[in-house]
Amino acid sequence: MDYENLVASRDGGVATIRLHRPKVLNALNGKTLDELCAALDAFEADPEVRVVVLTGDERAFAAGADIQEFAGQTAVDMLEGPRGRQWERIRAFSKPLVAAVSGYCLGGGCELAMLCDIIVAAETARFGQPEINLGILPGAGGTQRLPRAVGKHRAMELILTGRHITAQQAYEWGLVNRVVPPEVLLDEAYALAREIASKAPVAVRLAKAAVLRSLDTPLDVGLDYERRLFALAFATEDKEEGVRAFLDKRKPAFQGR
Amino acid sequence: MEDATVLWEQEAGVAIVTLNRPEVLNAFNDRMAEELLDALRRAERDPEVRCLVLTGAGRAFCSGQDLRERAGGGFSYAQHVRARYVPVIAKIQALEKPVVAAVNGVAAGAGASLALACDLRVAAEEASFLQAFARIGLVPDSGATYFLPRMVGLAKAFELCYLAEPLPAPEAARMGLVNWVVPGAQVLAKAKEVAGRLAAGPTRAYGMTKRALYRNLRADLLDALDYEAMLQEAAGRTEDHREGVQAFLEKRPPRFVGR
Repeated sequence: MDYENLVASRDGGVATIRLHRPKVLNALNGKTLDELCAALDAFEADPEVRVVVLTGDERAFAAGADIQEFAGQTAVDMLEGPRGRQWERIRAFSKPLVAAVSGYCLGGGCELAMLCDIIVAAETARFGQPEINLGILPGAGGTQRLPRAVGKHRAMELILTGRHITAQQAYEWGLVNRVVPPEVLLDEAYALAREIASKAPVAVRLAKAAVLRSLDTPLDVGLDYERRLFALAFATEDKEEGVRAFLDKRKPAFQGR
Repeated sequence: MEDATVLWEQEAGVAIVTLNRPEVLNAFNDRMAEELLDALRRAERDPEVRCLVLTGAGRAFCSGQDLRERAGGGFSYAQHVRARYVPVIAKIQALEKPVVAAVNGVAAGAGASLALACDLRVAAEEASFLQAFARIGLVPDSGATYFLPRMVGLAKAFELCYLAEPLPAPEAARMGLVNWVVPGAQVLAKAKEVAGRLAAGPTRAYGMTKRALYRNLRADLLDALDYEAMLQEAAGRTEDHREGVQAFLEKRPPRFVGR
Protein backbone atom coordinates (compact mmCIF):
# COMPACT_ATOMS: atom_id res chain seq x y z
CA MET A 1 0.00 0.00 0.00
CA ASP A 2 1.18 3.52 -0.77
CA TYR A 3 1.50 6.21 1.83
CA GLU A 4 2.34 9.87 1.51
CA ASN A 5 4.45 10.45 4.61
CA LEU A 6 6.09 7.08 5.13
CA VAL A 7 7.37 4.07 3.27
CA ALA A 8 6.30 0.61 4.39
CA SER A 9 7.97 -2.54 3.14
CA ARG A 10 8.69 -6.13 4.11
CA ASP A 11 11.67 -8.40 3.61
CA GLY A 12 11.07 -11.90 4.94
CA GLY A 13 9.86 -11.72 8.52
CA VAL A 14 11.10 -8.16 9.04
CA ALA A 15 8.94 -5.23 7.97
CA THR A 16 10.09 -1.62 7.85
CA ILE A 17 8.25 1.63 8.35
CA ARG A 18 10.38 4.58 7.30
CA LEU A 19 8.99 7.99 8.20
CA HIS A 20 9.43 10.23 5.20
CA ARG A 21 8.73 13.94 5.50
CA PRO A 22 12.31 15.10 5.04
CA LYS A 23 11.44 18.79 4.61
CA VAL A 24 10.13 18.97 8.18
CA LEU A 25 12.54 16.47 9.77
CA ASN A 26 9.74 13.88 9.85
CA ALA A 27 7.52 15.97 12.09
CA LEU A 28 4.59 13.83 13.18
CA ASN A 29 1.42 15.45 11.92
CA GLY A 30 -2.01 13.85 12.05
CA LYS A 31 -1.70 12.33 8.62
CA THR A 32 1.66 10.73 9.38
CA LEU A 33 0.27 9.22 12.58
CA ASP A 34 -2.77 8.01 10.64
CA GLU A 35 -0.57 6.35 8.08
CA LEU A 36 1.65 4.89 10.78
CA CYS A 37 -1.41 3.32 12.39
CA ALA A 38 -2.62 1.99 9.03
CA ALA A 39 0.79 0.46 8.32
CA LEU A 40 0.83 -1.13 11.77
CA ASP A 41 -2.69 -2.50 11.20
CA ALA A 42 -1.50 -4.10 7.98
CA PHE A 43 1.60 -5.58 9.61
CA GLU A 44 -0.39 -6.76 12.60
CA ALA A 45 -2.68 -8.69 10.27
CA ASP A 46 0.12 -10.12 8.11
CA PRO A 47 1.32 -13.40 9.66
CA GLU A 48 4.53 -13.21 7.63
CA VAL A 49 5.56 -10.10 9.57
CA ARG A 50 7.37 -11.06 12.76
CA VAL A 51 9.16 -7.81 13.67
CA VAL A 52 8.83 -4.21 12.54
CA VAL A 53 11.75 -1.78 12.23
CA LEU A 54 10.68 1.83 12.60
CA THR A 55 13.09 4.43 11.28
CA GLY A 56 13.47 7.90 9.79
CA ASP A 57 16.33 9.25 7.77
CA GLU A 58 19.88 10.35 8.50
CA ARG A 59 18.93 13.79 9.82
CA ALA A 60 15.91 12.88 11.87
CA PHE A 61 14.00 9.95 13.27
CA ALA A 62 11.27 12.47 14.01
CA ALA A 63 11.91 15.98 15.28
CA GLY A 64 8.60 16.16 17.10
CA ALA A 65 4.97 16.94 16.52
CA ASP A 66 4.06 19.18 13.62
CA ILE A 67 3.99 22.54 15.41
CA GLN A 68 2.16 24.12 12.47
CA GLU A 69 -0.75 21.91 13.35
CA PHE A 70 -0.75 23.03 17.00
CA ALA A 71 -1.28 26.67 16.08
CA GLY A 72 -4.91 27.57 16.67
CA GLN A 73 -5.82 24.25 18.25
CA THR A 74 -7.90 24.32 21.40
CA ALA A 75 -8.01 22.16 24.50
CA VAL A 76 -11.16 20.54 23.17
CA ASP A 77 -9.47 19.78 19.83
CA MET A 78 -6.72 18.00 21.75
CA LEU A 79 -9.11 16.09 23.99
CA GLU A 80 -11.54 15.05 21.28
CA GLY A 81 -9.12 14.69 18.38
CA PRO A 82 -7.65 11.46 17.05
CA ARG A 83 -4.19 11.77 18.67
CA GLY A 84 -4.98 9.75 21.77
CA ARG A 85 -6.35 6.87 19.71
CA GLN A 86 -3.39 7.00 17.34
CA TRP A 87 -0.81 6.72 20.12
CA GLU A 88 -2.90 4.01 21.75
CA ARG A 89 -2.80 2.03 18.47
CA ILE A 90 0.98 2.15 18.41
CA ARG A 91 1.15 1.09 22.03
CA ALA A 92 -1.14 -1.87 21.37
CA PHE A 93 0.94 -3.25 18.50
CA SER A 94 1.61 -6.82 19.56
CA LYS A 95 4.78 -7.61 17.56
CA PRO A 96 8.22 -6.31 18.48
CA LEU A 97 9.05 -2.80 17.29
CA VAL A 98 12.71 -1.94 16.80
CA ALA A 99 13.47 1.77 16.50
CA ALA A 100 16.51 2.70 14.39
CA VAL A 101 17.21 6.29 15.35
CA SER A 102 19.50 8.73 13.58
CA GLY A 103 19.57 12.49 14.07
CA TYR A 104 16.79 14.31 15.90
CA CYS A 105 14.54 12.23 18.09
CA LEU A 106 12.63 14.91 19.94
CA GLY A 107 9.23 15.46 21.49
CA GLY A 108 6.72 13.19 19.78
CA GLY A 109 9.65 11.53 18.02
CA CYS A 110 11.21 10.61 21.34
CA GLU A 111 7.83 9.41 22.60
CA LEU A 112 7.43 7.30 19.47
CA ALA A 113 10.88 5.78 19.98
CA MET A 114 10.01 5.02 23.60
CA LEU A 115 6.91 3.16 22.42
CA CYS A 116 9.23 0.82 20.56
CA ASP A 117 10.60 -2.24 22.32
CA ILE A 118 14.26 -1.85 21.41
CA ILE A 119 16.06 1.34 20.39
CA VAL A 120 19.22 1.26 18.28
CA ALA A 121 20.74 4.72 17.98
CA ALA A 122 23.29 6.18 15.60
CA GLU A 123 26.06 8.18 17.27
CA THR A 124 24.47 11.24 15.71
CA ALA A 125 21.11 10.74 17.43
CA ARG A 126 19.84 13.35 19.86
CA PHE A 127 17.01 12.78 22.30
CA GLY A 128 14.86 15.24 24.18
CA GLN A 129 11.42 16.47 25.18
CA PRO A 130 11.54 20.16 24.23
CA GLU A 131 7.78 20.80 24.59
CA ILE A 132 8.35 23.07 27.61
CA ASN A 133 9.92 25.61 25.24
CA LEU A 134 6.55 25.95 23.51
CA GLY A 135 4.65 26.45 26.74
CA ILE A 136 3.27 22.93 26.71
CA LEU A 137 4.43 19.53 27.93
CA PRO A 138 4.92 16.07 26.45
CA GLY A 139 1.52 14.70 25.48
CA ALA A 140 2.18 11.26 24.03
CA GLY A 141 3.56 9.46 27.03
CA GLY A 142 6.80 11.36 27.58
CA THR A 143 6.13 12.25 31.20
CA GLN A 144 5.24 8.63 31.96
CA ARG A 145 7.68 6.62 29.85
CA LEU A 146 10.80 8.74 30.18
CA PRO A 147 10.99 8.39 34.00
CA ARG A 148 10.40 4.66 33.62
CA ALA A 149 13.30 4.53 31.16
CA VAL A 150 15.86 6.83 32.81
CA GLY A 151 14.57 7.52 36.33
CA LYS A 152 12.67 10.44 37.82
CA HIS A 153 15.45 12.97 38.19
CA ARG A 154 16.94 12.62 34.74
CA ALA A 155 13.47 12.67 33.18
CA MET A 156 12.66 15.83 35.13
CA GLU A 157 15.81 17.51 33.89
CA LEU A 158 15.01 16.72 30.27
CA ILE A 159 11.33 17.59 30.49
CA LEU A 160 11.69 20.76 32.59
CA THR A 161 14.65 22.23 30.67
CA GLY A 162 13.84 20.93 27.20
CA ARG A 163 17.53 20.11 26.75
CA HIS A 164 18.71 17.45 24.31
CA ILE A 165 21.04 14.59 25.14
CA THR A 166 23.44 12.76 22.85
CA ALA A 167 23.08 9.13 21.86
CA GLN A 168 25.96 8.25 24.18
CA GLN A 169 24.26 9.98 27.11
CA ALA A 170 21.00 8.24 26.23
CA TYR A 171 22.88 4.95 26.28
CA GLU A 172 24.45 5.66 29.65
CA TRP A 173 21.01 6.57 31.00
CA GLY A 174 19.47 3.35 29.72
CA LEU A 175 17.20 4.98 27.13
CA VAL A 176 18.73 3.14 24.17
CA ASN A 177 20.09 -0.37 23.70
CA ARG A 178 23.04 0.32 21.45
CA VAL A 179 24.93 3.25 19.96
CA VAL A 180 26.43 2.48 16.56
CA PRO A 181 28.11 4.36 13.71
CA PRO A 182 25.45 6.04 11.55
CA GLU A 183 26.71 4.20 8.47
CA VAL A 184 25.64 0.84 9.91
CA LEU A 185 22.57 1.87 11.89
CA LEU A 186 20.17 -0.12 9.72
CA ASP A 187 22.52 -3.12 9.50
CA GLU A 188 22.60 -3.33 13.27
CA ALA A 189 18.87 -2.75 13.65
CA TYR A 190 18.08 -5.40 11.04
CA ALA A 191 20.51 -7.87 12.60
CA LEU A 192 18.58 -7.57 15.86
CA ALA A 193 15.23 -7.68 14.08
CA ARG A 194 16.16 -10.79 12.06
CA GLU A 195 17.37 -12.54 15.19
CA ILE A 196 14.06 -11.87 16.91
CA ALA A 197 12.15 -12.80 13.74
CA SER A 198 13.79 -16.23 13.83
CA LYS A 199 12.21 -17.05 17.21
CA ALA A 200 8.80 -18.59 17.81
CA PRO A 201 6.43 -15.72 16.95
CA VAL A 202 3.69 -16.53 19.43
CA ALA A 203 6.18 -16.80 22.27
CA VAL A 204 7.75 -13.50 21.16
CA ARG A 205 4.39 -11.74 21.30
CA LEU A 206 3.54 -13.25 24.68
CA ALA A 207 6.95 -12.23 26.03
CA LYS A 208 6.47 -8.66 24.78
CA ALA A 209 3.09 -8.50 26.49
CA ALA A 210 4.53 -9.87 29.73
CA VAL A 211 7.45 -7.44 29.83
CA LEU A 212 5.18 -4.46 29.10
CA ARG A 213 2.85 -5.59 31.87
CA SER A 214 5.76 -5.58 34.33
CA LEU A 215 6.03 -1.82 34.02
CA ASP A 216 2.56 -1.05 35.32
CA THR A 217 1.46 -3.77 37.67
CA PRO A 218 2.38 -4.83 41.19
CA LEU A 219 4.83 -7.73 41.17
CA ASP A 220 2.33 -10.38 42.29
CA VAL A 221 -0.11 -9.45 39.52
CA GLY A 222 2.69 -9.41 36.96
CA LEU A 223 3.98 -12.78 38.10
CA ASP A 224 0.50 -14.24 37.87
CA TYR A 225 0.15 -12.82 34.35
CA GLU A 226 3.51 -14.25 33.37
CA ARG A 227 2.59 -17.69 34.72
CA ARG A 228 -0.57 -17.72 32.63
CA LEU A 229 1.24 -16.68 29.47
CA PHE A 230 3.95 -19.22 30.18
CA ALA A 231 1.29 -21.95 30.41
CA LEU A 232 -0.33 -20.62 27.26
CA ALA A 233 2.94 -21.01 25.35
CA PHE A 234 2.74 -24.73 26.16
CA ALA A 235 -0.34 -24.90 23.96
CA THR A 236 1.70 -23.99 20.86
CA GLU A 237 3.21 -26.35 18.31
CA ASP A 238 6.31 -24.19 18.34
CA LYS A 239 6.90 -25.13 21.99
CA GLU A 240 6.93 -28.80 21.00
CA GLU A 241 9.27 -28.03 18.12
CA GLY A 242 11.59 -25.85 20.23
CA VAL A 243 11.93 -28.40 23.01
CA ARG A 244 12.31 -31.30 20.58
CA ALA A 245 14.98 -29.45 18.54
CA PHE A 246 16.92 -28.61 21.72
CA LEU A 247 16.89 -32.26 22.81
CA ASP A 248 17.84 -33.39 19.28
CA LYS A 249 20.62 -30.76 19.19
CA ARG A 250 19.31 -29.20 15.97
CA LYS A 251 17.94 -25.80 15.00
CA PRO A 252 14.19 -25.43 15.50
CA ALA A 253 11.88 -24.69 12.58
CA PHE A 254 9.14 -22.52 14.09
CA GLN A 255 5.79 -22.26 12.31
CA GLY A 256 4.07 -19.54 14.30
CA ARG A 257 1.44 -21.90 15.64
CA MET B 1 37.13 46.47 7.50
CA GLU B 2 39.45 44.85 10.01
CA ASP B 3 41.87 42.19 8.83
CA ALA B 4 40.57 38.68 9.20
CA THR B 5 41.77 37.06 12.43
CA VAL B 6 41.82 33.68 10.71
CA LEU B 7 43.17 33.20 7.19
CA TRP B 8 42.10 30.44 4.83
CA GLU B 9 44.16 29.09 1.95
CA GLN B 10 43.56 25.99 -0.08
CA GLU B 11 46.19 24.00 -1.94
CA ALA B 12 44.93 20.88 -3.66
CA GLY B 13 43.05 18.98 -0.94
CA VAL B 14 44.70 20.83 1.95
CA ALA B 15 43.16 23.79 3.76
CA ILE B 16 45.70 25.93 5.60
CA VAL B 17 44.09 27.83 8.43
CA THR B 18 46.27 30.53 9.98
CA LEU B 19 45.55 32.30 13.26
CA ASN B 20 46.22 35.90 12.34
CA ARG B 21 46.64 38.20 15.30
CA PRO B 22 50.44 38.28 15.26
CA GLU B 23 50.61 41.57 17.21
CA VAL B 24 49.28 39.70 20.29
CA LEU B 25 50.96 36.35 19.52
CA ASN B 26 47.65 35.10 18.12
CA ALA B 27 45.85 35.36 21.43
CA PHE B 28 42.17 34.42 21.29
CA ASN B 29 39.47 37.00 21.26
CA ASP B 30 35.81 36.31 20.51
CA ARG B 31 36.23 37.13 16.86
CA MET B 32 39.19 34.81 16.32
CA ALA B 33 37.40 31.95 18.10
CA GLU B 34 34.36 32.51 15.88
CA GLU B 35 36.36 32.73 12.69
CA LEU B 36 38.32 29.62 13.62
CA LEU B 37 35.07 27.78 14.21
CA ASP B 38 33.79 29.00 10.85
CA ALA B 39 36.95 27.72 9.16
CA LEU B 40 36.53 24.33 10.82
CA ARG B 41 32.90 24.17 9.67
CA ARG B 42 33.95 25.10 6.17
CA ALA B 43 36.57 22.33 6.18
CA GLU B 44 33.92 19.92 7.41
CA ARG B 45 31.41 20.83 4.69
CA ASP B 46 33.73 21.15 1.70
CA PRO B 47 34.38 17.74 0.13
CA GLU B 48 37.39 19.23 -1.70
CA VAL B 49 39.10 19.71 1.66
CA ARG B 50 40.57 16.39 2.75
CA CYS B 51 43.09 17.58 5.33
CA LEU B 52 43.49 20.69 7.42
CA VAL B 53 46.66 22.42 8.63
CA LEU B 54 46.36 24.79 11.57
CA THR B 55 49.15 27.30 12.16
CA GLY B 56 49.87 30.80 13.48
CA ALA B 57 51.06 33.99 11.77
CA GLY B 58 54.27 35.56 13.02
CA ARG B 59 56.36 34.32 15.95
CA ALA B 60 53.74 32.39 17.90
CA PHE B 61 51.36 29.53 17.26
CA CYS B 62 48.79 30.77 19.76
CA SER B 63 49.25 32.38 23.16
CA GLY B 64 45.80 31.39 24.40
CA GLN B 65 43.50 33.76 26.20
CA ASP B 66 44.19 37.47 25.70
CA LEU B 67 44.55 38.52 29.34
CA ARG B 68 44.06 42.19 28.58
CA GLU B 69 40.64 41.40 27.29
CA ARG B 70 39.22 39.94 30.48
CA ALA B 71 36.10 41.61 31.73
CA GLY B 72 35.37 42.76 35.26
CA GLY B 73 32.26 42.22 37.36
CA GLY B 74 29.68 39.65 36.33
CA PHE B 75 32.19 37.80 34.15
CA SER B 76 31.59 34.05 34.18
CA TYR B 77 34.67 31.98 33.50
CA ALA B 78 32.61 28.86 32.87
CA GLN B 79 30.41 30.65 30.37
CA HIS B 80 33.46 32.13 28.69
CA VAL B 81 35.22 28.78 28.30
CA ARG B 82 32.05 27.08 27.11
CA ALA B 83 31.25 29.76 24.58
CA ARG B 84 34.72 30.42 23.22
CA TYR B 85 36.89 27.33 23.54
CA VAL B 86 34.68 24.27 23.92
CA PRO B 87 33.05 24.56 20.46
CA VAL B 88 36.46 24.88 18.77
CA ILE B 89 38.05 21.91 20.54
CA ALA B 90 34.92 19.80 20.09
CA LYS B 91 34.76 20.66 16.39
CA ILE B 92 38.39 19.64 15.79
CA GLN B 93 37.63 16.29 17.37
CA ALA B 94 34.38 15.86 15.45
CA LEU B 95 35.96 16.86 12.13
CA GLU B 96 36.32 13.59 10.24
CA LYS B 97 39.38 14.69 8.35
CA PRO B 98 43.00 14.73 9.50
CA VAL B 99 44.01 17.93 11.31
CA VAL B 100 47.72 18.77 11.46
CA ALA B 101 49.06 21.51 13.75
CA ALA B 102 52.08 23.37 12.40
CA VAL B 103 53.36 24.74 15.70
CA ASN B 104 55.56 27.57 14.47
CA GLY B 105 56.22 29.14 17.86
CA VAL B 106 54.96 29.28 21.41
CA ALA B 107 51.71 27.46 22.16
CA ALA B 108 50.54 28.63 25.56
CA GLY B 109 47.44 28.06 27.67
CA ALA B 110 44.41 27.43 25.48
CA GLY B 111 46.83 27.75 22.55
CA ALA B 112 48.70 24.67 23.79
CA SER B 113 45.39 22.87 24.19
CA LEU B 114 44.49 23.83 20.63
CA ALA B 115 47.69 22.19 19.35
CA LEU B 116 47.01 19.09 21.46
CA ALA B 117 43.49 18.81 20.06
CA CYS B 118 44.88 18.38 16.55
CA ASP B 119 45.51 14.85 15.29
CA LEU B 120 49.21 15.38 14.53
CA ARG B 121 51.79 18.02 15.46
CA VAL B 122 54.74 19.33 13.49
CA ALA B 123 56.75 21.76 15.63
CA ALA B 124 59.54 24.23 14.96
CA GLU B 125 62.73 23.54 16.94
CA GLU B 126 62.31 26.82 18.78
CA ALA B 127 58.61 26.32 19.51
CA SER B 128 57.48 25.49 23.01
CA PHE B 129 54.39 24.34 24.84
CA LEU B 130 53.37 26.10 28.01
CA GLN B 131 50.62 25.07 30.39
CA ALA B 132 50.48 28.66 31.62
CA PHE B 133 47.34 28.38 33.69
CA ALA B 134 48.94 27.82 37.11
CA ARG B 135 50.92 31.03 36.70
CA ILE B 136 47.72 33.01 37.00
CA GLY B 137 45.98 30.72 39.45
CA LEU B 138 43.78 28.90 36.96
CA VAL B 139 43.36 25.28 35.88
CA PRO B 140 44.28 23.97 32.42
CA ASP B 141 41.28 24.14 30.12
CA SER B 142 40.27 23.58 26.49
CA GLY B 143 41.11 19.90 26.77
CA ALA B 144 44.61 20.07 28.28
CA THR B 145 43.71 17.75 31.17
CA TYR B 146 42.18 15.33 28.68
CA PHE B 147 44.93 15.20 26.09
CA LEU B 148 48.07 15.61 28.21
CA PRO B 149 47.84 12.52 30.42
CA ARG B 150 46.86 10.44 27.41
CA MET B 151 49.84 11.68 25.41
CA VAL B 152 52.61 11.91 28.01
CA GLY B 153 51.25 10.00 31.02
CA LEU B 154 49.94 11.29 34.30
CA ALA B 155 53.30 12.02 35.93
CA LYS B 156 54.51 14.30 33.14
CA ALA B 157 51.08 15.87 32.86
CA PHE B 158 51.26 16.84 36.54
CA GLU B 159 54.75 18.25 36.08
CA LEU B 160 53.74 20.35 33.07
CA CYS B 161 50.54 21.64 34.66
CA TYR B 162 51.94 22.31 38.15
CA LEU B 163 55.27 23.91 37.27
CA ALA B 164 53.96 25.74 34.20
CA GLU B 165 57.37 25.90 32.57
CA PRO B 166 57.85 26.03 28.80
CA LEU B 167 58.38 22.61 27.25
CA PRO B 168 60.75 22.99 24.29
CA ALA B 169 59.62 21.25 21.12
CA PRO B 170 62.53 18.75 20.95
CA GLU B 171 61.72 17.55 24.47
CA ALA B 172 58.02 17.48 23.63
CA ALA B 173 58.86 15.21 20.70
CA ARG B 174 60.84 12.83 22.97
CA MET B 175 57.78 12.61 25.24
CA GLY B 176 55.52 11.74 22.34
CA LEU B 177 53.65 15.03 22.43
CA VAL B 178 54.92 16.15 19.04
CA ASN B 179 55.27 13.99 15.92
CA TRP B 180 57.99 15.90 14.05
CA VAL B 181 60.44 18.66 14.99
CA VAL B 182 62.04 20.65 12.15
CA PRO B 183 63.94 23.93 11.84
CA GLY B 184 61.56 26.86 12.14
CA ALA B 185 61.79 27.86 8.51
CA GLN B 186 60.57 24.41 7.46
CA VAL B 187 57.68 23.89 9.82
CA LEU B 188 54.93 24.86 7.42
CA ALA B 189 56.57 23.02 4.53
CA LYS B 190 56.80 19.84 6.61
CA ALA B 191 53.20 20.19 7.76
CA LYS B 192 52.08 20.69 4.16
CA GLU B 193 54.03 17.64 3.07
CA VAL B 194 52.34 15.47 5.69
CA ALA B 195 48.98 17.07 4.95
CA GLY B 196 49.43 16.54 1.22
CA ARG B 197 49.92 12.83 1.79
CA LEU B 198 46.89 12.67 4.06
CA ALA B 199 44.78 14.65 1.57
CA ALA B 200 45.53 11.98 -1.02
CA GLY B 201 44.49 9.26 1.41
CA PRO B 202 41.22 7.41 2.07
CA THR B 203 39.41 10.31 3.76
CA ARG B 204 36.38 8.32 4.92
CA ALA B 205 38.57 5.62 6.47
CA TYR B 206 40.70 8.30 8.14
CA GLY B 207 37.57 9.92 9.53
CA MET B 208 36.36 6.62 10.93
CA THR B 209 39.83 5.88 12.30
CA LYS B 210 39.73 9.16 14.19
CA ARG B 211 36.26 8.34 15.51
CA ALA B 212 37.42 4.90 16.66
CA LEU B 213 40.64 6.12 18.30
CA TYR B 214 38.79 8.73 20.36
CA ARG B 215 35.77 6.60 21.14
CA ASN B 216 37.78 3.58 22.15
CA LEU B 217 39.75 5.59 24.71
CA ARG B 218 36.78 4.91 26.94
CA ALA B 219 35.95 1.38 25.74
CA ASP B 220 36.87 -2.04 27.03
CA LEU B 221 38.44 -4.50 24.61
CA LEU B 222 35.29 -6.37 23.55
CA ASP B 223 33.43 -3.12 23.05
CA ALA B 224 36.33 -1.69 21.04
CA LEU B 225 36.54 -4.82 18.90
CA ASP B 226 32.84 -4.68 18.11
CA TYR B 227 33.03 -0.98 17.25
CA GLU B 228 35.92 -1.67 14.87
CA ALA B 229 33.87 -4.41 13.23
CA MET B 230 30.99 -2.01 12.63
CA LEU B 231 33.26 0.66 11.18
CA GLN B 232 34.91 -1.94 8.97
CA GLU B 233 31.47 -2.72 7.56
CA ALA B 234 31.08 0.96 6.66
CA ALA B 235 34.64 1.37 5.37
CA GLY B 236 34.25 -1.79 3.30
CA ARG B 237 31.52 -0.07 1.31
CA THR B 238 33.60 2.96 0.35
CA GLU B 239 34.82 3.66 -3.15
CA ASP B 240 38.32 4.15 -1.76
CA HIS B 241 38.37 0.64 -0.32
CA ARG B 242 37.49 -0.85 -3.71
CA GLU B 243 40.17 1.31 -5.34
CA GLY B 244 42.72 0.31 -2.67
CA VAL B 245 42.13 -3.39 -3.27
CA GLN B 246 42.15 -2.93 -7.05
CA ALA B 247 45.41 -0.96 -6.91
CA PHE B 248 46.97 -3.62 -4.70
CA LEU B 249 46.02 -6.36 -7.14
CA GLU B 250 47.30 -4.33 -10.07
CA LYS B 251 50.51 -3.51 -8.15
CA ARG B 252 50.07 0.26 -8.58
CA PRO B 253 49.59 3.13 -6.13
CA PRO B 254 45.93 3.74 -5.25
CA ARG B 255 44.09 6.84 -6.43
CA PHE B 256 41.82 7.65 -3.49
CA VAL B 257 39.05 10.16 -4.01
CA GLY B 258 37.83 10.55 -0.43
CA ARG B 259 34.55 8.69 -0.87
